[in-house]
Amino acid sequence: MARRVAIIGTGQTHHRSQRRDVNGREMIHEAVQRALADCELTMRDIDAVVIGNMDHFEAINSVDTWSVEGSGGVMKPIMKVTTGGTTGTSVAIAAYYHVASGMFDKVLAIGWEKNSESDTTGAIVTCSDPIWDRYSYSGAIPSLATEASAYMEKYGATQRDAARVALRERTHAQNNPYAHMHGRPLTLDEILDSPMLAYPIKLGDICPRTDGAAAVVFAAEDVAEKLAPRPAWIKATAVRHTYSWFGDVDQRTGLESLERAAREAYAAAGIKNPAEDFDVAELYLPYSYAGLKWIESLGFCGPGQGPQFIWDGHTDMGGKIPVNPSGGVMSTNCIGATALLRVAEAAIQVMGKGGARQVPDVKTALATGFGGCWWSDVVILGKEKPA
Amino acid sequence: MSDWRDEVEALTLKGQIKMPYTWSVGETGSRFLVALRDEQKILANRCPLCGTVYVPPRKNCGTCFADIGTDDWLEVGPEGVVTAFTIIHQAHPLQPLATPFAYAIIQLDGADVGFVHILKDGWDRLKNGVRVRAKFGIERNGRILDIDGFEILT
Amino acid sequence: MEKIAIVGAAQTKYESRKADQTFYDMVFDVTTAALEDAGLTLADIDNIITVSNDFLDGRTISSMAVGEAAGAHDKNISTVEGDGTFGAFYGAMRVLGGFRSTLVVAHSKGSEGNPQFISNAMFDPIYHRPLGLDTTSAAALQANAYLTRYGITEEQCAQVAVKNHGNARHNPLAHQPLEISVEEVLRSPKVADPLKLLDCSPVSDGAAALIIGNEEIARKAKTKPAWVKGVAHCAEEYFLGDRDLANPKALRDAAKRAYQMAGIRDPRREIDVAEVYDAFSYMEPLWLEGLGLCDPGQGGQLTESGLTAMNGALPVNPSGGVLSAHALLVAGLARLIEASLQIRGEAGAHQIPGVKTALAHGTHGPCGQSHCIWILGES
Ligand SMILES: [Zn+2]
Repeated sequence: MARRVAIIGTGQTHHRSQRRDVNGREMIHEAVQRALADCELTMRDIDAVVIGNMDHFEAINSVDTWSVEGSGGVMKPIMKVTTGGTTGTSVAIAAYYHVASGMFDKVLAIGWEKNSESDTTGAIVTCSDPIWDRYSYSGAIPSLATEASAYMEKYGATQRDAARVALRERTHAQNNPYAHMHGRPLTLDEILDSPMLAYPIKLGDICPRTDGAAAVVFAAEDVAEKLAPRPAWIKATAVRHTYSWFGDVDQRTGLESLERAAREAYAAAGIKNPAEDFDVAELYLPYSYAGLKWIESLGFCGPGQGPQFIWDGHTDMGGKIPVNPSGGVMSTNCIGATALLRVAEAAIQVMGKGGARQVPDVKTALATGFGGCWWSDVVILGKEKPA
Repeated sequence: MSDWRDEVEALTLKGQIKMPYTWSVGETGSRFLVALRDEQKILANRCPLCGTVYVPPRKNCGTCFADIGTDDWLEVGPEGVVTAFTIIHQAHPLQPLATPFAYAIIQLDGADVGFVHILKDGWDRLKNGVRVRAKFGIERNGRILDIDGFEILT
Repeated sequence: MEKIAIVGAAQTKYESRKADQTFYDMVFDVTTAALEDAGLTLADIDNIITVSNDFLDGRTISSMAVGEAAGAHDKNISTVEGDGTFGAFYGAMRVLGGFRSTLVVAHSKGSEGNPQFISNAMFDPIYHRPLGLDTTSAAALQANAYLTRYGITEEQCAQVAVKNHGNARHNPLAHQPLEISVEEVLRSPKVADPLKLLDCSPVSDGAAALIIGNEEIARKAKTKPAWVKGVAHCAEEYFLGDRDLANPKALRDAAKRAYQMAGIRDPRREIDVAEVYDAFSYMEPLWLEGLGLCDPGQGGQLTESGLTAMNGALPVNPSGGVLSAHALLVAGLARLIEASLQIRGEAGAHQIPGVKTALAHGTHGPCGQSHCIWILGES
């Protein structure tokens, strides 16, 4: 029987395009210290550490052993979990199982990236199969652009619809002092007028490259109830990393991995009507068109209804289901930390610690991860202890 | 069992991940490397909690998990004692000099942890416990190899 | 802890070059073979853990190459980057945390990359990488520190190489079964003092998979379950100069916790066989010291005394160990699989009679910075 697990503390750096004042290990340490301070623990209290990033962004082989001084792994169990863009949710889910298994009571999950240290695209193209995809259809933007144009073709969605998503993310980021794009608002016209990268994706439609780290403390039921006034309980996790080749993905349908992961997690958490049952969602939306289509895959609205749902303001602060009060991935993208930030931000909402970005009275929150070859992770958090 | 390679040519493809990286050294490491470059000094810092003197200096102590700060910095070395060594015979392109050469862990005078660096010659006298001294390079660029190597003192 | 067991496993043959197989092929083969070994089907597998490393595979998100080959379609999956024993540890936690079963699979092909470039990338880019350090030169520093501390001789290390390569002659999957003498080890080409070529493990291509299940799965599987009695891991400091290389304290800590969990008070008497991560010959005695199987400094005499031989009181690495087959990441998982086969009584020609308790050990990071210990039992 799995034990009940809750998040009791989170910490993150003030995300920036470049952090020259710290090396990677030192940047990790900053986030860890903030997470420990958030739940009033010290590193001595932590039983195990899980860490993740993407190797080729900093060219550090075996980040778990390299990081111990900053991650707190000295004379502790530490392991590295890494799955590309989904790394952050994979790390969170691993920390969940560390505790749920009964092996550890207090576990630290860390995601980080110093994207300033390399050529992000140069690294990411090597995720494609070296024999089949690397020289023909590789990197993040081409396959996303393919999805976007297929979606536009099928439902008549426009570049303006996508820009409305980008506007929401950038507007929300102004409430989040940690966001990379904090203090840098954009208008709808500025997004629409930004340079075209790969049709139909413009600069204003895509996530930035960020230096940053996130840390989250997971605790067993008795510890969580003792330490946290309002723990964020993990109600369900589900993962689908289904495709191995980019060409296998049918872009004419919904995001299949997300549909499957959501179906499993919703069943486990008793979610029947997501747009009503969730009070807030922190979604891994690497580009604006995902904000139209993937909310359909999550069942917030029907197929093709994404643009209307967005224009109706349902996903804005004060809407039916505010999406990404933090500003999301399009406002902060330290890749190994990005999906963990979704979980951390969802936990912050449940714990009521969101400050200017807090959605009132959050009972149930959704976090997702996206990465790899069109892979999806889903984590559901709640204020009520799971049955 | 028949081998498929009898029926079709087994191809291999060559590839290389070749990427430039720019690692941030950070404030703590920059103070250390700038001192190597500009003053030919080896700096260390001391953990305020456990008192360990670290070289290279650290922003935080991994054991105490506490910030070290910039107050308690000191110069260590340039002499020290070899606590472990190896003479390298097998060459590879990432080595900074031709084989044979030696790596050593050196307990610099004033430091509490070992410092890994290279020795270029003097093998016949190399053993654990021998005293060595840092020799700085003439051209220095703010890198760990601004110390050209350590020399054995008789 | 609820009862969980290793209920099936498979390994490829370890070779210097598997030119006829991609990562996908190797993982598919061992996944299929592990299911067959267990008498289970993919429907019995709830979730998958793959183990891979982006540097070794020359690919960002290296797990992408093998998910489908591991049967992960429409299943929960994750990836551990590190030794296979750590991947198995996560797999075990997922069974304890609600899944019925986890399939854990690791692969690597040392032949397709450059081991020196790849292992140099484990060292700090600011302070150590420019010195050209790699796994072997760092290990040589550790060997020097260990041998000098206790007066352990190069002959004693050579005896380990002779024993393990000799044991490998009874293991059809081993990469380097060899009949060699201590003299030959001592006269083999110098690599990095005190390490000679035959003190060092080869770089192998290979893959391995195992299935961890709860009691329901253990009942369903056709194999005799190798029950997990204890498991723990621990890491020490990163910088070589911060560590006492002759005293593996993280290993001591992990062993202590694994023994505690397994209820082992006197490991030397209670453990019937050990498979340890002997990437270099000196590592076997050093790890045996860390595991508390002998006193500090006594490791060197164990081979000479015959204690660790196949017919000794505490056989170590009857499979031939890592010295005889070293597919990175896979090697620790192979130790765990070998330990499970010893419990099952199905280790073939290298079976130790009457094994009730077996120990498996994996390491990760330079000079064994991080260790993972498993204790398996027959009940
Ligand atoms: Zn300290």
